Amino acid sequence: MHELAVCQSLMQQVEDIAMEHNAQSVTSIVVGIGPLSGVEAQLLKNAYTIASAGSIAEQAELVIELLPVRVRCALCNTESDALPNKLTCKQCGDWRTTLISGDEMMLMSVELEKAKEKLT
Amino acid sequence: MCDTCGCNITHGNESLIKAGGKLEKTESGREAISVLHSLLHENDQTAQHNRDHFDQHHVLAVNLMSSPGAGKTALLEATIKQLDDCMRIAVIEGDLETENDAERIRKLGVTAIQISTGSACHLDAHMIHQALHNLDLDDFDIVFIENVGNLVCPASFDLGQHLNVTLLSVPEGDDKPAKYPVMFRTSDLVIISKSDLLPILDDFIPERAIEYLHSIACDAPVLELSSKDESGMHEWLEWVCHQIEVRCNYLEENPVDASQAHHHHEHDADKAQPPVMKQSEISA
Repeated sequence: MHELAVCQSLMQQVEDIAMEHNAQSVTSIVVGIGPLSGVEAQLLKNAYTIASAGSIAEQAELVIELLPVRVRCALCNTESDALPNKLTCKQCGDWRTTLISGDEMMLMSVELEKAKEKLT
Repeated sequence: MCDTCGCNITHGNESLIKAGGKLEKTESGREAISVLHSLLHENDQTAQHNRDHFDQHHVLAVNLMSSPGAGKTALLEATIKQLDDCMRIAVIEGDLETENDAERIRKLGVTAIQISTGSACHLDAHMIHQALHNLDLDDFDIVFIENVGNLVCPASFDLGQHLNVTLLSVPEGDDKPAKYPVMFRTSDLVIISKSDLLPILDDFIPERAIEYLHSIACDAPVLELSSKDESGMHEWLEWVCHQIEVRCNYLEENPVDASQAHHHHEHDADKAQPPVMKQSEISA
């Protein structure tokens, strides 16, 4: 599936950040995934093993935080939890809602081991 | 995603990220860098670049998505036959293999660029960007992008299109929106295709398909259409013409600032590469 393509894009960003910060290695990568992003957490983990091999992030832990599906109702303005295929308002049942969380696929943070600065 | 800066932080998830939230953590001796970019940041940037390019040339870009065999190419053929006299149309075709679909379009005298994705299950913004190098957009009013037949992967990749049209063919069943909410909820128009089969496959209830679309908070209009007997074609063509008008009006009120266009390379059909691009190095 497309998780490998997503993961390759993630690795590119992580490598750029590591280089920019003169890091020796990457120790952890935190990503946030919502069910409506179309990315499956387990498939992303599997793809990560392949995509990170031989990179500066090979040893890094991939932390995947699953983000909740939340909607706001246009009719009664209530915010409520929802299911990926049932985005109706929990309060009044109306379907005209706006998604406020749940479609993210976001690189949240990267933890780096910095290279020791050379003494001159 | 946040419309202001594209940062992906919304009212719904900000509590997780801000100081003290469960995703904000640092350990001593290490440096935590907060990023907050989409995992497809690079794709999204290229998609925006494509969209700017379409806008500069006043071209409407429509992304057609569906499962394989739902009738995307047949819809394009029927559309071209009716609109070719009054509208300049180009088609970008995405398939894993073969140039069959592009050839069907070219037979009608319309420019078609075939992208062979190899093993990739979706089109991405970079592939569209490559295809645009073979199209002189000054020659067109509308570009249809026929995505790879797949109800899953194409939904996650912005291509730079203005509108998404999703086809749901009658033989597939009316509950597809509930099974594939990620794709259907991004639709600007849903077409119930092969509607000439409704009398035979009477377990497909269009009203039920609409109910499923409402359950995923999709307010897209729904059209029943048959490319074969041409029922529903009139409504579809009206929708297309209306969308071109809407885009033109929008661009009149919000002109594209040419100086903002970070466009240092030519998108010139004269410098065209061969029309088939192998993208097989991009993994699925």
